[in-house]
Amino acid sequence: MAFLYDPVNFIAGWAHGILTGWGLVDSLATVIIYLIGITVLIVFAMVLDVMLVWVERKVVARFQDRLGPNRIGPFGLIQPFADIIKMVIKEDITPAGADRIVYNIAPVLAASSVIILWAILPIASSIYGVDLNVGILYLVAAGSLGTLAIIMAGWSSNNKYALLGAFRMVANMISYEIPMVIILLVPTILADTMSIKGITQAQSGVWFAILSPLAFLIFLISAIAELGRSPFDLNEAESEIVSGFNIEYSGMKFGWFYAGELLHAFTFGGFIAILFFGGYGGFFGLERIGFFSWLNNPFVQAVVFITKAMFGYWVIMWIKYSMPRIRIDHMLAFNWKFLTPLALVVLVNTAILSKVLVNLPIWGYALGMFFSNILIGLITIEILRAYGRKQRIAEGNLVRQVAHN
Amino acid sequence: MSVEQIIFVLTSLLILGSAFMVVTTRKLVQAALWLVSALFGVTILYAMLQANFLAVVQVVVYIGAIAVLFIFAVMLTRKELRDQGSQTRSNWWIAASLGVLVLAGLVSLIIGQPAFNRTAEVIPAGVDTLRNLGTALVSPDAYVLPFEVASVLLLAALVGAVFIASRKGEEK
Amino acid sequence: MSIPLSWYLILAAALFCIGLFGVLSRKNAIAILLGIELMLNGVNINLVAFWRYLDPVRIAGQVFAVIVFAVAAAEVAVGLALIISVYRRSNTVVADEIDLMKW
Repeated sequence: MAFLYDPVNFIAGWAHGILTGWGLVDSLATVIIYLIGITVLIVFAMVLDVMLVWVERKVVARFQDRLGPNRIGPFGLIQPFADIIKMVIKEDITPAGADRIVYNIAPVLAASSVIILWAILPIASSIYGVDLNVGILYLVAAGSLGTLAIIMAGWSSNNKYALLGAFRMVANMISYEIPMVIILLVPTILADTMSIKGITQAQSGVWFAILSPLAFLIFLISAIAELGRSPFDLNEAESEIVSGFNIEYSGMKFGWFYAGELLHAFTFGGFIAILFFGGYGGFFGLERIGFFSWLNNPFVQAVVFITKAMFGYWVIMWIKYSMPRIRIDHMLAFNWKFLTPLALVVLVNTAILSKVLVNLPIWGYALGMFFSNILIGLITIEILRAYGRKQRIAEGNLVRQVAHN
Repeated sequence: MSVEQIIFVLTSLLILGSAFMVVTTRKLVQAALWLVSALFGVTILYAMLQANFLAVVQVVVYIGAIAVLFIFAVMLTRKELRDQGSQTRSNWWIAASLGVLVLAGLVSLIIGQPAFNRTAEVIPAGVDTLRNLGTALVSPDAYVLPFEVASVLLLAALVGAVFIASRKGEEK
Repeated sequence: MSIPLSWYLILAAALFCIGLFGVLSRKNAIAILLGIELMLNGVNINLVAFWRYLDPVRIAGQVFAVIVFAVAAAEVAVGLALIISVYRRSNTVVADEIDLMKW
């Protein structure tokens, strides 16, 4: 029965007992159990990644009004394995003049920067890697490692297009880290802690997406830009810059980049679920009623979390397959001139209101913050409308001048 | 040797080995990447010292920003795509002997002090160092003044760097 | 047995000296800046080790280290901007050849 309520500790204790029974020292047994736990987590993440290839191809097919893979296995479920076998047996080419060590490490680093995020992702209240008290900053740090991997890939390919693509992608990722960090402070203020588990537990009353919908939207946009997915994927656009920094990568190394990108998208879906939609909990206080106490079971919480993460991933895919690409200068202008000031305004608003409204009951607090966000949204739309009108008048004057002369 | 000591020795080998490669390799981009490896070792050290915030900020600021800046600068200031020739001056042995002398002096100073042989005491249970750090940085009777001066310094560096690197003033 | 403070201090001293060697013996201006970064990291390790071993409740060592982070970032930004600007004008980054102000 203890297994049903605390699976990870139960299994760890049982394994520890076996290892010390074999005569190992206590601390060595603990280290071995930690290593086994890390391996299990990584294997889980990579198996999930393989299934995400299938999910992605089916979803994109449905968005484009076709069926997707359905020949290999029932509903095409064996398709990702066929893809992997194809990639593994492809020839592994290293371009002449490339820096071998850097060229080979770059895809591994790109995939690792995503897998290390799974250490802090809580799948249930008692199934997680580690509960860091600086979990939010850890998310930003993993993004920085991804940036480094892309520069390494672009430079070591000894190819001008790869270098250009890498420069653009890095400029994109670094720029969009700023609104992301600013917005990540909003759940920190609302939950009074930076640890991911603490933020999830603070949402047991009301979701942070209701308290601050603007923060959710800005985080969604910056996350998609961080991932380098459409509509922000000018850097690896096949038709324009010949696939950017992945040009010279073939076979399984390209597979690492591709799989890393999909897993990164799913992980960000998971973080959107945790930071704004209550993660593995967030039942609006329902689990405290005696009848619904099974909602506290870790397995139920894991199912809830995976469902919410899949929903977040689906929203990211939906945006990818419905919108055209954005040009690089429009991307950067959008970030520096619109998203960053808006993020700062939302942060200041949340900080002030969370202290002013602290004495109200929960529904007053929620309504106050929600309406303040709506107000900021309306004011932003008015400013954009006035700016757009001014630009249209200026263009109209220009056209009239040219027509007269 | 306890597990902690083994991890410390391995981390120091990583840091010192990477630092040595930074100052002796001929290819500059590889030097910047060895710097990333050394900084990563320092992150592990901060995590062992239970300074979690500093460990993560080290990755974000040093590896994510400063190392990337170095790689960009190296790529933008080279005449051709590959490095050539030795990158060390001809009187490097003076620098090496100076380094060894300074190291010997510092190590003898450290070993000579018996007070430095202490081991770390456990942080008391109720103390939240992260919250203390945040409070200390903005509290008027703690460190708000250096904090504000550092922000002004960063603003000055931002404006200065953009101004210096922009091409507007050149009339060549 | 745990780790005595002197181990951290010796590591920081070694890192500082390697950085010192880099600064004094490299030709390329950017390589000199790399050495300076190593020295700053050695100093930071020292500060954080002293914070942890002497007085972990009061937070002065960590604050000092955070300010050093900010200063290092500012210095690298301005330094690299200067080097790129000098490269555009005189097409060299070797520190010995940038000697227009010597007399």
